[in-house]
Amino acid sequence: MEVSKFKERYDRNFNTFSPEEQKKLGASSVVIIGLGGLGGGVCEMLARVGIGRLILVDGDVFEVSNLNRQVLSEERLIGVPKAEAARDRVKSINSGIEVIHRIEFLGEKNLYEQIKGSDVVMDCLDSIDTRFKLQDAAKKASIPIVSGAIAGVTGQVTTIFPEDKGYSLIYGEKSRKQIQGVETKTGNIAYCALFTAALQSSECVKILLNRGDLLRNKLLIAELWTNIFEVMDLV
Amino acid sequence: MIKIDLRLFVTLSGYLPENNESLEIHGDTTVEKLIMNLGIPDELVKLIFINGKRRDRAYLLKDGDRVGLFPPVGGG
Repeated sequence: MEVSKFKERYDRNFNTFSPEEQKKLGASSVVIIGLGGLGGGVCEMLARVGIGRLILVDGDVFEVSNLNRQVLSEERLIGVPKAEAARDRVKSINSGIEVIHRIEFLGEKNLYEQIKGSDVVMDCLDSIDTRFKLQDAAKKASIPIVSGAIAGVTGQVTTIFPEDKGYSLIYGEKSRKQIQGVETKTGNIAYCALFTAALQSSECVKILLNRGDLLRNKLLIAELWTNIFEVMDLV
Repeated sequence: MIKIDLRLFVTLSGYLPENNESLEIHGDTTVEKLIMNLGIPDELVKLIFINGKRRDRAYLLKDGDRVGLFPPVGGG
């Protein structure tokens, strides 16, 4: 981007970010796994913040039941792959961002391929078992994960580096029995999804800029009925 | 008897007793026993925080402890 355009586009990012930091974000690559309630919000915010390369992964298409919370969903997009809608949204915000979109469901085999070469993995998945698989792949690829999870009006965020214990501290040791999250009973509410996505986006920027305090070995919990916002120590 | 400040999150909130912020319990109560006494099915509790730190079920509760119990949250 030419210098004047760069300055104008990111004018309101300064001086929270320095021009050098803004350039660093522009040279960064982030992969977003899952483009639903969390992933859509993360996609929007990371595009606006100025990440240079976004890899957007989801095998699903939009359904009517997504409209209550998923910021990328629209009535006219029912049946359209979420990864396509995410790509279009990013491109409409900033055509200079390099976008790779992948309409794929995630299994153990392709997870590593999806994330390798990225600087940060954004875990916006809706299955606890797939989160464990993603963590294995991120460990192998030596990439930090920023994880968000929601149920109803409760959100939680943590950051996991390759050497950290990660999900076993939150969900217990991985077992053969599938762990069912309580969101199947509570649903998910738009403002909780976007609030949690915002916290994830902030963690991502802090990792990339090596600045601020990370939620490493910590779990930030927000409960919006009772206004509980607390950072818990996981170790 | 000791008093604890008990918070139950998401789907566990239905098991919240009255006076939860100043709940009287026996001094020899572990988290495991507390979960049982509250009638919460064991498998519903995934995370236990005492005074902001993750603990396990064997933790012996102390007077003034802030106790938070969480079910598994995994939605996206």
